[in-house]
Amino acid sequence: MTFKRKILAAAAALALAAGTAQAQISGNVVKIGILTDMSGLYADLGGQGSVTAAKMAIEDFGAKKKGLNVEVVFGDHLNKPDVGSQIARKWYDSEGVDAIFDVPNSGVALAVNEVTREKKKAFIVSGAASSDLTGSKCSPYTVHWTYDTWMLANGTGKAIVKTGGDTWFFITADYAFGHALERDTSAVVTANGGKVLGDVKVPLNTQDFSSFLLQAQASKAKIIGLANAGGDTINSIKQAAEFGIVKGGQSLAGLLVFLSDVHGIGLDKAQGLILTETFYWDMNGETRAWSKRFAALNGGKYPTMVQAGVYSGVLHYLKAVEAIKSDDGGKVVAEMKKLPTDDPLFGKGSVREDGRVIHNAYLFEVKKPSESKGPYDYYKLRATIPAAEAFRPLKDGGCALVK
Amino acid sequence: MSTQALFGQLLIGLINGSFYALLSLGLAVIFGLLNIINFTHGAQYMLGAFVAYFLLNKAGLGYWWALAVVPVLVGVSGMVVERLMLRHLYRLDHLYGLLLTFGLALILEGIFRNEFGSAGLPYSMPESLTGVYNLGFMYLPIYRAWVIVASLAICLGTWFLIERTKLGAYLRAATENGALVQAFGVNVPRMITLTYGFGVGLAGLAGVFAAPIYQVSPQMGSSLIIVVFAVVVIGGMGSIMGSIVTGFGLGVIEGLTKYFYPEASSTVIFVIMAIVLMIRPQGLFGQR
Repeated sequence: MTFKRKILAAAAALALAAGTAQAQISGNVVKIGILTDMSGLYADLGGQGSVTAAKMAIEDFGAKKKGLNVEVVFGDHLNKPDVGSQIARKWYDSEGVDAIFDVPNSGVALAVNEVTREKKKAFIVSGAASSDLTGSKCSPYTVHWTYDTWMLANGTGKAIVKTGGDTWFFITADYAFGHALERDTSAVVTANGGKVLGDVKVPLNTQDFSSFLLQAQASKAKIIGLANAGGDTINSIKQAAEFGIVKGGQSLAGLLVFLSDVHGIGLDKAQGLILTETFYWDMNGETRAWSKRFAALNGGKYPTMVQAGVYSGVLHYLKAVEAIKSDDGGKVVAEMKKLPTDDPLFGKGSVREDGRVIHNAYLFEVKKPSESKGPYDYYKLRATIPAAEAFRPLKDGGCALVK
Repeated sequence: MSTQALFGQLLIGLINGSFYALLSLGLAVIFGLLNIINFTHGAQYMLGAFVAYFLLNKAGLGYWWALAVVPVLVGVSGMVVERLMLRHLYRLDHLYGLLLTFGLALILEGIFRNEFGSAGLPYSMPESLTGVYNLGFMYLPIYRAWVIVASLAICLGTWFLIERTKLGAYLRAATENGALVQAFGVNVPRMITLTYGFGVGLAGLAGVFAAPIYQVSPQMGSSLIIVVFAVVVIGGMGSIMGSIVTGFGLGVIEGLTKYFYPEASSTVIFVIMAIVLMIRPQGLFGQR
């Protein structure tokens, strides 16, 4: 045996010994996969920032000190469900990934949801919005952090109907997320005495919205509901201003608007928008401190609620892994549901039977340029929606896990 | 559908068509005269929008300055690329030029995405072009009217330059037989560099036109370039007038699709492309 071989053998023996000490952690490492949009219209609300958030969570959890070996890998799903599920499959099958996080784009998330169910791993969603993930498509391996379409509809939609916006026209992104958001918002609008006059389904990642805006204008609806996200929302809001839609007396309802979108649109065009989020950096001392740390690592860009959700999801996941000394998907998710959630960003909360994470939501209004002190000082709080009311009641989701 | 709404959609189609025309024109010029399939075109369009943004925010030069300065700057950057890289590929198959320019586009977009993120940056509209005309059947933003008029003028000007002037005749001759034209004392390599610079400059100019309407964002080019290539293929590779007419025409068809069957609006151009390729592989205005 050469010297090199001896060393290798010794290393292998050591690894085996360590393996028996932590028999339940597969491959002796907890491997976290951040599957997100690294290059498209959602890259700013998730993307590299989500990877940064996950790394911060591992550091803050103190994984090293606790003797837990945690690794992060990331992948770009290109907003294509087939690409996303292919990466998920490869990660689970041959690269030892134990849990997938984030996955903005509901179409991709629903696909990964099924792969995870089949492989019995863990899936902690932050970026995707479709409320079906904890409704008809719920799974014992999936936890849905941050937000969903029901909560957005219930926050923004209700607030607008209650202040007189009772006729709606939807401009909807033509895939799972847009459809879910329109469905959930329509339900809220009609339940509160409003009426939906029409809708138009627009392909994802459209540059020019003028045709659709003209149709919305012709509908004479008081409110034009934007059931889209990221770059699509930015372009629709900018172009609505250009066509004088708001000046003509109609209002825009951005049903899903992120901090990064407001930053991209600029306050002069975004001012007055009402939006619902579960996290904003300027809420209290802890969120401010965390966000400044995050921005320093993220090229000066402040965190969106999706990135904050990845942080607190990873943190809670690791707590559960530590508690049961195992990274088995089903067991960890069961433990995550048992443990109350508690972190500096979302405060105290819980994970429900159907996988839905329950915490406060907030109704914000975008500041006027004169009210803002500088970049990222964009929101003022209009109302806090308490955790118990912010999300769809457990019994209404149609999730098979709920007895 | 009312005639009012129809007029509205037609007009909007023309606006989008003017971007298609402007970009496909540049591609057609480059392909027609250099035989290079310039996949960097979308990235150069994006570059134009970003340079306009920098001029405004770093140098205090507004929109009108940008219209004059950006095409020159972007054009010069194109000439550098031509001199240093593309030049070596003329002898080879089209595929090599395509791969090189595609790679360059990916690199450019990656750099800008790293620096500025994907949500993009806002570029405000020039004061004098804000507001809307009330046409009775729709509100037409003044800026969009300006884009139609300006791009139509540029397209026709370019067509005239290439098809009807002596300089254009040299250019066309040099494509047919470079060695012969060079023997008459024309500096063909320099002419080719300038032509590439001109085509790229057109992309930069389209970027300036687009900046106030769309977000100045790294992927603004990649989402457009595929459509523009379809336009060029439908019009006939290398045909100047073909690319102008198809650009505007397809803009209108796409606009109507957005009204009648919005779900198909991102695919309709490719359906047309497939049909055209089956019936007339050389494109609607192609020669061969």
